[in-house]
Amino acid sequence: MKSKSALENYLFVLPAVLIFSIFYIYPFYKVFTLSLCQWDGIAHFNFTKNFVGFRNFKELLLEDKIWWQAMGQAGYITLIALTFQNALALALAWACDRDIKGGNIYRVIFYLPPVLSEVVVGLVWRWIYDGNYGLLNYWLQNIGLAHLVRDWLSDPKTALICVAVIHCWKGFGWGFIIFLAGLQTIPRQLYEAARVDGANSWQTFKKLTVPLMVPVFILVSILTILGTMQVFVLILSMTGGGPGYHTEVPVTRILASMVGSSRFGYACSQGIIFGAILLIISFIQIRLSKYMRQE
Amino acid sequence: MNSFYGKFRPFFMLSSYAVFLSIFLVSCAPQEKAQQADALTIWHWMSDRENAFLELAKRYEVETGIKINFELYAPSDAYTQKIRAAAQTNTLPDVFGILAEKRDFASFINAGHIYNLTEDMDKDDSNWKKKLFYKAVAVNMFMEGNSFDVEPGIYGVPIDVTNIQMLYNKDLLDQAGWDPDNPPRTWDQFLEANRLLKEKGIPGLVSGWGEIWMIDCLASNYAFNIMGEDKVLDTIRGKVPYTDPGWIKLFDLFRQTRDEGLLVRGIVTMVNKTAEQLFANNRAAFAFNGSWCVNVYNGMNPDLDYGAMLPPKVSDNFPMMIWGGAGSSFMVNNKSRNIERAVEFLKWFTDEPQQVFLAKETKNLPSNRHSLKDIPEVLSQFADDMDNATHPSVWGVSEFPIVIEKFNKGIQSIIIGEKTPEELAYEVQAAKEKEMERAEMFRLRRQKE
Amino acid sequence: MIQGIGYKLERVFKNLLIHLFLISVAITCVFPLLWMLGSALKTQQTVFSDMSIIPSNPLWSNFYHAWTKGGFGIYFLNSIIYTVTVVFGIVIVSSLAAFAFSRLKFPGKNIIFYMFLAAMMIPLPGSFVPLYVLMTKLHLVNTRIGYILCMINVGLSFSIYLLKTFFDRIPTVLEDAARIDGCSKLGIWWNVALPLAKPAVAVIIIFNSLNVWNEYILATLIFSSKSLMPLQRGLMIFQGTHITQYPLLMAAITITVLPIILIYLLMQKYIIKGITAGAVVG
Repeated sequence: MKSKSALENYLFVLPAVLIFSIFYIYPFYKVFTLSLCQWDGIAHFNFTKNFVGFRNFKELLLEDKIWWQAMGQAGYITLIALTFQNALALALAWACDRDIKGGNIYRVIFYLPPVLSEVVVGLVWRWIYDGNYGLLNYWLQNIGLAHLVRDWLSDPKTALICVAVIHCWKGFGWGFIIFLAGLQTIPRQLYEAARVDGANSWQTFKKLTVPLMVPVFILVSILTILGTMQVFVLILSMTGGGPGYHTEVPVTRILASMVGSSRFGYACSQGIIFGAILLIISFIQIRLSKYMRQE
Repeated sequence: MNSFYGKFRPFFMLSSYAVFLSIFLVSCAPQEKAQQADALTIWHWMSDRENAFLELAKRYEVETGIKINFELYAPSDAYTQKIRAAAQTNTLPDVFGILAEKRDFASFINAGHIYNLTEDMDKDDSNWKKKLFYKAVAVNMFMEGNSFDVEPGIYGVPIDVTNIQMLYNKDLLDQAGWDPDNPPRTWDQFLEANRLLKEKGIPGLVSGWGEIWMIDCLASNYAFNIMGEDKVLDTIRGKVPYTDPGWIKLFDLFRQTRDEGLLVRGIVTMVNKTAEQLFANNRAAFAFNGSWCVNVYNGMNPDLDYGAMLPPKVSDNFPMMIWGGAGSSFMVNNKSRNIERAVEFLKWFTDEPQQVFLAKETKNLPSNRHSLKDIPEVLSQFADDMDNATHPSVWGVSEFPIVIEKFNKGIQSIIIGEKTPEELAYEVQAAKEKEMERAEMFRLRRQKE
Repeated sequence: MIQGIGYKLERVFKNLLIHLFLISVAITCVFPLLWMLGSALKTQQTVFSDMSIIPSNPLWSNFYHAWTKGGFGIYFLNSIIYTVTVVFGIVIVSSLAAFAFSRLKFPGKNIIFYMFLAAMMIPLPGSFVPLYVLMTKLHLVNTRIGYILCMINVGLSFSIYLLKTFFDRIPTVLEDAARIDGCSKLGIWWNVALPLAKPAVAVIIIFNSLNVWNEYILATLIFSSKSLMPLQRGLMIFQGTHITQYPLLMAAITITVLPIILIYLLMQKYIIKGITAGAVVG
């Protein structure tokens, strides 16, 4: 009886597991074996001939300073995204959750940035940040802050933050939708009950909304970390990783190894270490959330 | 429950119809007509020239009855991935281009994917080879004793020629008070001209130095001018260090461009397309760009009054060299069943009438040396300077990619004032020594096996 | 009385602030869209020099040219086919799996779930080539099915994780009621879990349709025949190696963006107040 029930339950996950094993597990296995080899991606590949053991990993962990600089820079953008971007998304979702006039229009508008193609985003924001004829500098000069005018994307002090701002702008739409979905599945009765009990908005938010939204917060924060650490199309179109190495991120480094230096095996080892780090961070977050929920 | 189903119903019905329709279309997708045995498939990435290619394919079919399938895969990074993936599964088309460094080109050859064209080129007293610009062919050649262990020979056919030079805006020079028909020819003149421009508030030099190969190009040109070809190549071979005064003098040139303020703002993260926009719209007096720019500028501003010149030389000891050679080349798949047909087609493709057509349509320099009529004047200025052209692909040695990256990103750092020329020289040399060590280690390991 | 008026004023003032906040964010979101529309109506020469939002001579013909030059007919159809099938596939496959992870018991459940999670966290930038080799061996290269299966896989992990989170929050009371009524597991999934997680399903539909609609690297890799290519391929025509035809490109992108916004408009209606509202009382 029990085994029949378990078998039935397996059927639920079977299609997912099947597709997943073919299209993810196999390439992952390949990437893992490649990370133990030295290969340029073109020549005939022979595992025994190209095998170099853990040398790629050793080089990556001990000698590649630029890799760790890139990780740090991606981490910096992620931190900004976690705080600024998600706070904005939450505030907007909360504002739209209340019965607000034109709430539907706002919902559509806030979803526009993620929908816009990379090409348009690149062109518009480069125009905004341009050092010579950009909108930002133009506007700063007109309101009397001319001393702040600078080469936003070429100045090592501001390049990374500017890219982070674009990323947050493009990304808050996702957090917004997920938060909104989360807020709207909280039964209205609970809010009614709270109002009857005399709680004001802040108290309602703190004692009622937040605890019910914790799993959604965790979800969004994990997704933010994963999505932001993997940023690269934006970097390539805005700064190309420059000036110097100031806006390099892990994925641009992997691409540089894969195509620029034709070190496919090394690129695979970078990918694996990168994945391992993300995995550890996510599991810490999940553990933390479980711990917090038990309190 | 019922009300839910009721609400959901129309959406559900609609989507299930859509799904069934799609599945139907998917399974009944018209099977691709089996490739005719004598049709040729050619993969390329050049979206600008797709129409010209298709027209030529039509003409060829009319002439010979053989169908040519040009397939476009853009942008270029998607194209590179596709070529490499196809190489792994031996499904490369009959003809294709390799968008890569000589080192990767060599790897493709050694893996047996590229047909050796030397015999065909040398046939009939080198008839085919002589029709093409030598420097364009040289880019596709591997010489005796090359460092890639490739059997010497010619492995690709250039279909156009480009070189990269400086452009100057005649109107803006005139405004600054410099004779527009006598652009600066020496470095000192260049600095002088830029001072005049600065007084009038006109930005100086613009280029896409966010794309680091462009920095590499200009740096290499001046390196040749300062130290001569032999010393530069010896540095790549490891016999001369990057801390040599010649290299430091080169890095110092970039420091000067910063100190004089002659570079357009934001140049270190600028993509070439943006640089082209700026120059085309009269917002910079000088540009550093390739011969393809003629077509680009024409599209954006047909009234632009400009000319092409060699980068102003800084030394008289050695000639100023520019990068030039084949713009794009096609290779024949060694495992194709249509090798002869492919070679015949490429011969036709690089023949005079076709090259004249391509040059006129796409405003690129033809690879056939007898096809230079009908090209715009600025383009012929580019063609005239081909004698000064060289290219990393013909040097027979290539620098380690990591060293190149450090070199170019380091120059970016000099331009933004983060590093001094001496600091960069030591950094690059350190990276070079490490790479040489690693290569040596790998070589010894190989020997042991 | 005065207290009443004060309270009302406070409410009005708060609402005003909120609206100001919303409007300022909204402006930054709409601006690039307007620029894109405006550029689609200009010429190559004026696209960067003309600063007006709507040019004096709008070139509506750009849209027609973009459609014909880009060969949009077949590409559009393909994109629709891929998006509909992939999204449908993902919704079914991931909701079944998420339901199982959330409500059913079977050995190895946690391990398999963490495996899916881990997939989301380990990006594989180098995996395209092994994937291509695999697809060639399976004869799935240059087929619609191959691409569809690949894309389903891409969206699985995120969808499963999201749905599981939302399924977990549904009170079990309703399920127990359904089971007492004699509903099978599949029936519970279809009649109880899915409807209650409608907002989450809507999010998944929105998210995945955007991903599939904008995808082009995998499409370029897998497809060789023009007749199978999606919309993004059409866009590439206007982005030459050297010359970008900006007005036509912007017109083409506008055409590309419309269906996605449409899907979003349709789906976001489902992200509405909880349907559990009536059910949990008493």
